Amino acid sequence: MPPAIQCEAIAEDALLLRFGNTINRHINDYVHAAAARIRVHWPELECVPAYASLLLRFDAQQWSGHETATPHQRLGDAVLEILVDLTIESDSARLIDIPVHYGNASAPDLAEVARLTGLSQADVITRHTAAEYRVAMLGFAPGFPYLLGMDPALTVPRRADPRQRVPAGSVAIGGQQTGIYPNELPGGWQLIGRTPLRLFDAAIEIPTLLAAGDRVRFHAIDEATFRQLTAAKKT
Amino acid sequence: MSVIVVKPGLSSTLQDAGRQGHAALGVGRSGAMDRPAWQLANALVGNRQGEAALECTLIGPTLKFSQAAVIALTGAPIAAHIDGQSIPMWTRCRLPAGSVLQLGGMAIGCRSYLAVAGGFDVPLILGSRSSDLHAKLGYAGGRALRAGDALPTGAFSPFGQAKDSRDVIVLPWSLDPQPWFDFAAHALRLLPGSHSPLLDEKSRQQLYGQSFTLSKDTNRTASRLDGHNLSLREPLELISEATLPGTLQLPPSGQPIALMAEAPVTGGYPRIGQLAAIDLPRLAQRRPGDTVCFRQTTFEQARMQMAEHQQRMARMLHLIAQRLTRI
Repeated sequence: MPPAIQCEAIAEDALLLRFGNTINRHINDYVHAAAARIRVHWPELECVPAYASLLLRFDAQQWSGHETATPHQRLGDAVLEILVDLTIESDSARLIDIPVHYGNASAPDLAEVARLTGLSQADVITRHTAAEYRVAMLGFAPGFPYLLGMDPALTVPRRADPRQRVPAGSVAIGGQQTGIYPNELPGGWQLIGRTPLRLFDAAIEIPTLLAAGDRVRFHAIDEATFRQLTAAKKT
Repeated sequence: MSVIVVKPGLSSTLQDAGRQGHAALGVGRSGAMDRPAWQLANALVGNRQGEAALECTLIGPTLKFSQAAVIALTGAPIAAHIDGQSIPMWTRCRLPAGSVLQLGGMAIGCRSYLAVAGGFDVPLILGSRSSDLHAKLGYAGGRALRAGDALPTGAFSPFGQAKDSRDVIVLPWSLDPQPWFDFAAHALRLLPGSHSPLLDEKSRQQLYGQSFTLSKDTNRTASRLDGHNLSLREPLELISEATLPGTLQLPPSGQPIALMAEAPVTGGYPRIGQLAAIDLPRLAQRRPGDTVCFRQTTFEQARMQMAEHQQRMARMLHLIAQRLTRI
């Protein structure tokens, strides 16, 4: 069943569509299906997907000029009409495979995550690479993916003392979520590995490696491969 | 032509209309905090709308112009001198080659804009020349200007290359800043937020009836408000959803935070209001220690006032374009 969608005006040029109030893959799948459909109908609307909501930014003038309906009402009605038979397309989303070096300098919190979860470090890695994830949204910083689908056994609290500098490419766990720091950033998530891939590069036309809605898998690489791939990236 | 930064000022950045359409990638808009002031500065030098201008914060930079240049200053009233001669704001000035423009402190307000004919021609990043200090995008990796930076300017100007002369030459007229700068520090208009109905009665009265003070910990990302800790009738755990410049958030500390131009694109705090777009530049002009009051408004009122503002701005831009002459 598709979730009921609630529309809320949140700024003069912004309408928020709410699909639910929990973090779960089913609801998030509908968010991405709705975003895809809206982008086809109105390419000029800016769509910002999140876990269970979709923000639409619109040109208020384009949607005004109606005597009885506000621009938000007109847009909301039009959007709900095209979403009435919304379905989740069976996974046609891209699958991106991300190499991760889980260990040594790349994983300063791996031992702590193992201790907190009661698992061995090898088990943490096995469980983290076993799952298929969904990019629920990009946020926090350019290109930062919030990934759904982590094994609940890997749930650990954020660090009590957030780091001022988390290295670019760090793969991390914060609560029930896992993500990747695209650039050197401050951050409080537990760092369990590092990818040599570049997640954000403003100089290229599509600046992010990942897009909301993508499927993601991690595979473990050794330190030599990590160094090799990191060196290759720089040339 | 290039503009050399001799002294950087407190936090000077290049800004245009910002990066639109990239929020789904986690990239916020950034852009000029006081957009009308930025637009008028560009108009006064005869630039196409959308060129990057310099945004100064509290204390402006000292700049050296390698060649003759045409400039305009708008926004918060700022002391500006070349060789001891005072440079007026809200008009168009031609500076001789080699001029050293010393921008000082602002008497009131927080942000002044300097436009140069031709615009600042730094590389476009995702369609914008704006610096985003938070996301580290823009000129020189998205940092504030430093001494020694050489900012290239563009060649386009409806008046061609500025003529060199010995003296600073100023237009015989200037704009009245009154409509474009909030000298009276009016109460800011606040639209309802998703969670405004959940504020307890005392907090609701404080939010709309009492004044806050802008915190020292205020920047292009967020304006933090001291004075009253607000609370909801019951605590609320939310999942992250999109946020916007102007969103008034209430974190667990109870200190309200208004998101500004470099707002992150998502956030998980309760939203207790949304600043009417017309008042965003007014909040951007408040400095730490200034008073901030809110009053309730509706989407209908906000829409009407914004439409009026846009008409006023369009008329002003038209008028400036008609009256601009080569100097």
